[in-house]
Amino acid sequence: MTATPHNATNASRTAGIPFLLKTAFINAAIALVLFSLMVGIRTEAGSDGQLTYWTRFGDLAWLVAAVFGGSIVIELLRQWIGPTGAEKLVPASVQSGVSFIGRYLAPALLIFTLLVPVIFYNQRYILDLAILVLTYVMLGWGLNVVVGLAGLLDLGYVAFYAVGAYSYGLLATSFGWSFWICLPLAGILAAFWGVLLGFPVLRLRGDYLAIVTLAFGEIIRLVIINWQSLTGGPNGVSGIPRPTFFGIPLDNSDDGLAAKLGIEYSPTHRIVFLFYLILALALLTNWVTIRLRRLPIGRAWEALREDEVACRALGINTTTTKLTAFATGAMFGGFAGAFFATRQGFISPESFTFQESALVLAIVVLGGMGSQLGVALAALTMIGGFELFRSLESYRMLVFGMAMVLIMIWRPRGIIGHRAPTVYLTKAQAISSDLVKEGHG
Amino acid sequence: MDYFAQQLINGLVLGSIYGLIAIGYTMVYGIVGMINFAHGDVFMIGGFIALITFLILISLGLTAIPVILLVVLLVSMAITALYGWTIERIAYRPLRHSFRLAPMLSAIGMSFVLTNYSQVAQGARVKPIPPVITGGYTLHESADGFVIQLSNIQIIVVITTIVLLAIFTWLVSRTRLGRDMRACEQDQTMAALLGVDVDRTISMTFVIGAALAAVAGLMYLLYYGLVDFFMGFVAGIKAFTAAVLGGIGSLPGAMLGGLAIGLIETFWSAYFSVEYKDVAAFSILIVVLIFMPTGLLGRPEVEKV
Repeated sequence: MTATPHNATNASRTAGIPFLLKTAFINAAIALVLFSLMVGIRTEAGSDGQLTYWTRFGDLAWLVAAVFGGSIVIELLRQWIGPTGAEKLVPASVQSGVSFIGRYLAPALLIFTLLVPVIFYNQRYILDLAILVLTYVMLGWGLNVVVGLAGLLDLGYVAFYAVGAYSYGLLATSFGWSFWICLPLAGILAAFWGVLLGFPVLRLRGDYLAIVTLAFGEIIRLVIINWQSLTGGPNGVSGIPRPTFFGIPLDNSDDGLAAKLGIEYSPTHRIVFLFYLILALALLTNWVTIRLRRLPIGRAWEALREDEVACRALGINTTTTKLTAFATGAMFGGFAGAFFATRQGFISPESFTFQESALVLAIVVLGGMGSQLGVALAALTMIGGFELFRSLESYRMLVFGMAMVLIMIWRPRGIIGHRAPTVYLTKAQAISSDLVKEGHG
Repeated sequence: MDYFAQQLINGLVLGSIYGLIAIGYTMVYGIVGMINFAHGDVFMIGGFIALITFLILISLGLTAIPVILLVVLLVSMAITALYGWTIERIAYRPLRHSFRLAPMLSAIGMSFVLTNYSQVAQGARVKPIPPVITGGYTLHESADGFVIQLSNIQIIVVITTIVLLAIFTWLVSRTRLGRDMRACEQDQTMAALLGVDVDRTISMTFVIGAALAAVAGLMYLLYYGLVDFFMGFVAGIKAFTAAVLGGIGSLPGAMLGGLAIGLIETFWSAYFSVEYKDVAAFSILIVVLIFMPTGLLGRPEVEKV
């Protein structure tokens, strides 16, 4: 946390060393006060329930020094880069290079993804990680319909993920229904909940909607925790059946897929199957989204995102439009939830906290809100980054929060993606003077 | 009846704490038009700072409880106010003219930073303190032995809230700062043209909101006798619910909404089920927003293009 109070007009001009030192000194003083008690003193409840404390002035000194140094560096960088609002001139060759990469990056990534199980066949860890990344890619693409296309801030997306997971988990364990029957059901149920929530609240403006969806997500989680007779409460649902290859189980038995194909059984078969399953689901999400964007409804979503008042003036039924976006997003969340349940074999309310919603939202925001490729890359970066720092459990959420703030400040439209409307006027049309002359009456 | 009266007292005390947090939400929303998602965590930080200051003072050998409480109050208000100021400076001010979801997302990030910062700095375990203010009055004892208790700490919470509310109302309605704040709320550009320092006014709004949240944190610490790093999340949503229920942007509304949420939660726990008390509070948020988007005392929002 580096406090950098600055005056934008002064900072770019008064570059002197006294100014730098003064800023850094003030920031360090603020940091000293902020961290003095929270970092300088550490409290812990002893075995007898009494609180004891000890001092950590060394850590405090390090932090304050870091803020001092950091603010000098930031101030210098700011002076070198110049005002943040300025347009940067990019050489034409670089621009064409970037667009070339942009055009071929998606197909290249897709081919690479298809080949992942072949390349890393023996590395279970990488396959598991890839499945996790793809789950988040799918969730990101699902939420992208709501946040990126329709511009509705949904902070409770995890509720639909939970509905999907519990639909499959409960239907499969209570009635023994197969994954392939439950998958569409999970999607339909999640969409149903989306409509049920969306219908009354979608008239609200953006940030109210955010809070209502957040409250809804918490309600779903609390109901799951407390409705023990149905959901098993905090203990969750276990023994959820593994998916089958359209009825053929992927196990070591005589009617297993391996036996039928006459190849030797290996547990990796199931992992590879799960990998292609989630890949297919994610690609389905992507395909549907891309197709929907070309339909009137998709156009209406994007128009709604850009200007709601104008949309209403043009006769678009904003409630129905929002509702379809909400339900579509919820449906994909439900699909992903059903997949999550079958992959884990066990679900509990712990998997559906607000943090999960925020993570998916961060993926969408990082990806540039509306860019499909951006969301995929953001999911890869985030989940990969989380895996890399797995040992630093609480620090990584700290860094995650900081990254969210910094990205909003630095590139509010996302790092990778660029949010562009699907249709726009390519040339300025001259309007004949007959059309614009003063009206009569 | 006695049970009802006891729950009424408990609900009012809880409602006072929510109301103090809700004021921070409603002020910021009134002026900047954003939901300060990190405000619940500012409340949590306030509780932690109060706890640590309290521990230090006790270990220094101070015994006069009123003096200790006064020092704790002032220290936690001052430091938490600085937190509020810094958060606004880092996370919200650069985004003031960004697209409308940006400050909200930045606030969510800030909320994560604060939660995990205090977890890293102070550990994940609950921090209990021994009861500081004990004793109370027995208001009424019924024939079947049920006693209506009014503890001293409950009295202190309610009185502190009333006093702060009086100071705060005076501040907003009578002082230069309050006038500037109301001017910024109506029209920032116009206020700036007429010589109001908009940046400073917004900063002060965050400072005051954070200071009130610190008081709420201290009251929470004294009333429940514990703090933990995660308490800001749920308390924050509930206080926001209170602000919405009272009509966001309205100060008496925030207090009224806080009391209403406190009472609803307490009565729900007392007569229905403790497990679903949060569900009840969140459902009320949804219902209020659907049927009464302007809340109890709010003004209808005028849509401008």
